[in-house]
Amino acid sequence: MTIPIEYYLILSAFMFVVGIAGVLTRRNAIIVFMSVELMLNSANLTFITFSSYLGDSVGQLFVFFVMTVAAAEAAVGLAIIIALFRNKLTVNIDEINILKW
Amino acid sequence: MSLELILFIIFAIISAVSAVLMITRVNPIISALFLILNFASLAGLYLLLNAQFIAVAQVIVYAGAIMVLFLFVIMLLKPEHEKKLLAVNKNVKIFAYIVAALVFLQLAYMIFFAKPSVSMNAQVAASIHAGTIEAIGFELYSNYILPFEAAGFLLLAATIGALVLAKKKFE
Repeated sequence: MTIPIEYYLILSAFMFVVGIAGVLTRRNAIIVFMSVELMLNSANLTFITFSSYLGDSVGQLFVFFVMTVAAAEAAVGLAIIIALFRNKLTVNIDEINILKW
Repeated sequence: MSLELILFIIFAIISAVSAVLMITRVNPIISALFLILNFASLAGLYLLLNAQFIAVAQVIVYAGAIMVLFLFVIMLLKPEHEKKLLAVNKNVKIFAYIVAALVFLQLAYMIFFAKPSVSMNAQVAASIHAGTIEAIGFELYSNYILPFEAAGFLLLAATIGALVLAKKKFE
């Protein structure tokens, strides 16, 4: 572990920012969802980096929990997208505005 | 240049480039495949950080299970006019890139201002032990047993929720 810790943190920050840009620019609900997964993964990279440089396994434990939540979120979110597609025949998030008043 | 640095540069370039390609490709299937590549290179980075268990779990859970679910749903839904989906308001796009650049500048400023590599020294021996499945399992079943049970309950709730949501009949 001769690499400075900043390299990992900057890579993680860059991936998070790419995820933000993906969420804000894409209109396909599935790609928006994949960008959220990308942001979760960049947070995981930060967790593992600090866990490894501090020599403490609790950070890796939390990555394990984040993976659990991401799996649950993917299952429920994709089921919601399928249900929306059945009702409106689109995955464009600009046209899915029934919750807007 | 050490082997560790070379491997880090390779994996970092793969993960950064595949992340950018993921949000710019028109076809959602290709986006999903680039996301899988990104997850795989992240698993390589986890191995460089002595986190073997999480690296394996990353490949199995993320690149395997979750992305198969995504690919299933992409192929299940009728492909739309992607050109129409790409027609985003120009102002929205500019706003999105400005927000992204501001967040990146803020994060980079914090990372370099705090100087974590000066204030903390790497615990190499401890980190080799911390990444083993033995150390993680010990923590999981002793100090973090309640969050572990809660995670199991969350997965059960998500399974039932996904079934209920996706079961509804066509009208």
